[in-house]
Amino acid sequence: MDWANLRTRLTKMLRSVWSPFAAIPIALLLGALVLLAAGYNPITAYEAMWQGAFKDRTAFTEVLIKATPLMFIGVGLAVAFKCSIWNIGAEGQFYAGAVMATVTGIYLGDLPRLILIPLVLIMGTAGGALWGMLAAYLKNRFGASEVVTTIMLNYVAIYITGYLVTGPMIETKGLFPQTPKISEAAWLPRFLPPTRLHIGFIIAVLVAVLLYILIFKTSIGYTIRAVGINPIAARYAGINVKRNILLAMGISGGAAGLAGAVEVSAISYRLYQLISPGFGFDGIAVALLVNNNPLGVIFSSFLFGALRSGAEVMMMTAKVPSVLVSLIQGFVILSVVAFGVYRVTTVEKEE
Amino acid sequence: MDLLPGILFLQSILAATWRMATPILYAAVGEVFTERSGVLNIGLEGVMLIGAFAGYSVAFESGNLVLGLLAAILSGILSGLIFALFTVTIKANQIVVGAAFNMIGAGITGVLYRVFYAESGKVLSLKTFQPFQIPFLGDIPFLGEVLFNQNIMVYATLLVVPLASFILYKTAFGLSIQAVGEHPKAADTVGINVPRMRYFGILIGTTMASIGGAFLVLAYADQFVEGIVTGRGFIALAVVVFGSWSPWGAMGASLLFGVFYALQLRIQAMGSVLIPYQFLQALPYVVTIIFLIGLTKRRVQSPKALGVPYK
Amino acid sequence: MKDCIVRMENIVKSFGSVRASRGVNLEVCPGEIHCLLGENGAGKTVLMSILYGLYQPDSGDIYYKNKKITIGSPKDAINLRIGMVHQHFMLVPTLTVAENIVLGQYPAWKVLSDMPAIQEKIYQLSKEFDLNVHPEALVQDLSVGEQQRVEILKALYHGADLLVLDEPTAVLTPQESEHLLSFLRELADKGLTILFITHKLEEVMQVSDRVTILRDGKAIATVNTSETNPRELARMMVGRDVLMELMKKEGESGEVIFSVRNLNVKDEKGLPAVKNLSLEVREREVVGIAGVSGNGQTELALALAGLVESQFDEIILNKHSLTQKDLSRLNHLGMAHIPEDRQKMGLILPFSVSENFIAETYRNEPFSKKGFLQFRTIKDYSNMLVKKFSIRVGDVDEAIANLSGGNQQKVVVARELDRRPKFLLVNQPTRGIDIGATEFVRQQILAERDAGSAILLISTDLEEIFALSDRILVMYEGRIMGEVPPDHNRVEEIGLMMAGKTEATA
Repeated sequence: MDWANLRTRLTKMLRSVWSPFAAIPIALLLGALVLLAAGYNPITAYEAMWQGAFKDRTAFTEVLIKATPLMFIGVGLAVAFKCSIWNIGAEGQFYAGAVMATVTGIYLGDLPRLILIPLVLIMGTAGGALWGMLAAYLKNRFGASEVVTTIMLNYVAIYITGYLVTGPMIETKGLFPQTPKISEAAWLPRFLPPTRLHIGFIIAVLVAVLLYILIFKTSIGYTIRAVGINPIAARYAGINVKRNILLAMGISGGAAGLAGAVEVSAISYRLYQLISPGFGFDGIAVALLVNNNPLGVIFSSFLFGALRSGAEVMMMTAKVPSVLVSLIQGFVILSVVAFGVYRVTTVEKEE
Repeated sequence: MDLLPGILFLQSILAATWRMATPILYAAVGEVFTERSGVLNIGLEGVMLIGAFAGYSVAFESGNLVLGLLAAILSGILSGLIFALFTVTIKANQIVVGAAFNMIGAGITGVLYRVFYAESGKVLSLKTFQPFQIPFLGDIPFLGEVLFNQNIMVYATLLVVPLASFILYKTAFGLSIQAVGEHPKAADTVGINVPRMRYFGILIGTTMASIGGAFLVLAYADQFVEGIVTGRGFIALAVVVFGSWSPWGAMGASLLFGVFYALQLRIQAMGSVLIPYQFLQALPYVVTIIFLIGLTKRRVQSPKALGVPYK
Repeated sequence: MKDCIVRMENIVKSFGSVRASRGVNLEVCPGEIHCLLGENGAGKTVLMSILYGLYQPDSGDIYYKNKKITIGSPKDAINLRIGMVHQHFMLVPTLTVAENIVLGQYPAWKVLSDMPAIQEKIYQLSKEFDLNVHPEALVQDLSVGEQQRVEILKALYHGADLLVLDEPTAVLTPQESEHLLSFLRELADKGLTILFITHKLEEVMQVSDRVTILRDGKAIATVNTSETNPRELARMMVGRDVLMELMKKEGESGEVIFSVRNLNVKDEKGLPAVKNLSLEVREREVVGIAGVSGNGQTELALALAGLVESQFDEIILNKHSLTQKDLSRLNHLGMAHIPEDRQKMGLILPFSVSENFIAETYRNEPFSKKGFLQFRTIKDYSNMLVKKFSIRVGDVDEAIANLSGGNQQKVVVARELDRRPKFLLVNQPTRGIDIGATEFVRQQILAERDAGSAILLISTDLEEIFALSDRILVMYEGRIMGEVPPDHNRVEEIGLMMAGKTEATA
């Protein structure tokens, strides 16, 4: 590879990553101001957070565990956003995946492990993909804005889950609104005992890499990007725009559904009402932070995983509420947006 | 035959309907102005939360509900200025900024509430705006209980909606708002300051949303809890669409959603087995989607420039 | 000093690296009709936008009624009694005529309680000028001609002394244009000053008192209309003696490559836009479709490119009968399409030049193997096309948005022609690009014809139709009014057809 080419590539890459790097300190700074106002010492709080995330091997694996669903969802959303589909419904797609995975893990629990685990993951992916594609169908067929429909479908999925775990699928003792545990044969293997780190994390990294290749190196990715930028020109070039919207929502929803399946089969082993603490919304920040680059999502989800994981420890040791993380995530998005302006100003030429 | 229990049930549902519709209605009427000016604010949920917390904390500390309401309004103006700074001045993607607002709203109210209230050991309840009967009208059987025994913030919607409608359709300001959402360039060429009108559109939206949020603590529940808005901000977005971007339409749609809310709470409380209450909870969302599907065939369309930054 | 209502001195305005106005001087006398004549891109609209306060000049002075002024916004212009009718109407479709007319004229909190009085005033004004506009109608229900009258009424209502019109006849039939021009003459006789932007010589000769010719952002000259002639104007406008005369080889056209029988297409609103249209295009032949814009040409192109649903008895390409489904993959069946709006339809702007070159072929070998893009091959191919079509670009990996309009259009043309289409659909191929690129693009189209392609050319530029076509079909309200050979003596016949009249009915 020639040097000039390498250099332009490097500067190009730097230009796309500097804004997140600048955004994070700014967000942390703003968070510190809120902490100060609330009467905390921000330095102690952040130190507790850092400790919580990185003090030892177990803590670090917990970061990776927290990063896993964010990575799946973030990378899926990156694909949808690249196609200019504003999927705000990853939360609902996560639930759809979790429901399908639980149903499979309970009712087909007698299947052998080698079949059941892939089946659980596939059913979860399918559940999320279908839920996402429903919004795409409504957009294609009726022109219904996906922003509104995906938000609505979030609630529908959450209430269906609520119904299932209080009604037909409630555990046999019926004490809590939750399903019984899924068959042990459906549990995802852990590979670093005694930590909880599971192969779901590896699958997530693989999915991110694969989607990166799909988006930037293949003809399918070319069409998705083209549709995202200029759907009219894409149609003139003979690209089926609706099919690509369906595809992008399928990938996006599928990734979120897979996140739900992995969460059920590796962490909770069962379904309950609030199985997602808002992964679907955090995923939006994860994707936007790295300008919807699937490889970048690996890093941003790791960052947000560390924030979440650290915040839980911070809550215990420094008594700082962990919802602080939402605040910091919000600030991160706003900072990225504020920087982004100066990056993507396109000059319309006057003739 | 004993009709009385049925009638009382209906009466209580209908009386609750208007009350349930009120917070959504405030937010939705404001968002009508925002969207008519060409801006989509999906951060309403966060704005409402901030309004609820501001209203609660000031009312709690001062013991004065009106001061609480003013604080909520102030918080709404502040939220609006920030949202407008990003979406209008910086011209960032409105959906992205809205999503950030929802996170910030949840985060900042969560932190402050835990720090100052949840763990303080104080008695946290407020004395809320109380319902009062309208003389004479309140004595009408059935209707009196349904319509004329509400609190001031509920009654106020009867003023807000016609006023909003009047401003939108009968004032120069309203025409300008419509123009910048429909054809901003045309507005520009007749000397309307498009960014400024959008600032106003956004500010009206966030201020009204904050009032809606404050309603939840000042005139509904008597205290703040984390995430008290529970999706009403998103519902308001649906209501705007459902109401065809008009204030009266928003009122109709809010009332419809209010019926669902009231019914679902009632059924949940009765522990009825006829319909799972979750289905009633999900129904408004499903209805909105169905309505959106029908929208394509109608004359009313969303504002042409909705979601598109100007220039 | 001469008595003048507007004097613009040394106006300079740049957009990025594009210099739209390079020291323009302009003087307009009260009560005259003053034409601004120039090619696309000469800087006419920019100059008038400066006068109307939409843009601020980088330098230069404006004097209005003998006072030096700055026009900071359209509001200032309106207050100075300057009115402007834009090329794309500045009306809010969801508001009524009256609401549009008063829009922006009152302080924000003014309650429009006097709407009935306003409507009455508009009605009177409309009657006085014989404009036939109903103040209560919604603008979205009005025809194009009516909307234009609303725009003029808007300016009159605000008491304009100076009325600027930007290519007002572009959307009108010749007969409607005729009517507009005589109306403008009446207005001028009543004392109004009119500034009229156009690139049509006949209109200048017919209506104006004086004319200023703009070229490349400069005012070349201002002359009295009575002392000039079209030939002289044309020379000043294009900067050379003769209007482009392309070498058109005489060649025998071959067999029918493309034919369509009884095509019907509906427009966005679901109204019939193309009605029972039939035509055929032969090998080695350019068929030009002339017509005023908005007579179904856009829908015709969309239907033939398979981008909207259409009904037809038969479409034959290369002896194969096509179904509706075939239409959506016509570019695989040997058709190429140069769409009317390169930025919206032809190109994907943030993409690089090379990514745009493969927009239709990216899925095929050798650009894509087993689904993976072959970047090296794509780049070599792009460099080849850049050289072959002399496209000015630094690097093919550069974003295409950085190219000039002419070079962007060349990218579209290169992409389409390199596929060696049997049938080429060309819609407005030279709109808004400079003379040099225009000539190049036209030559390429003719070369393609000489190489044997069947070409259907849609253009609202009669000059272009004449320069390229072997046969001319005139389209009016979705129908083909008739066929005329490209003989300059028959322009009048074409003009009549464009207005919906044939020799027989005229």
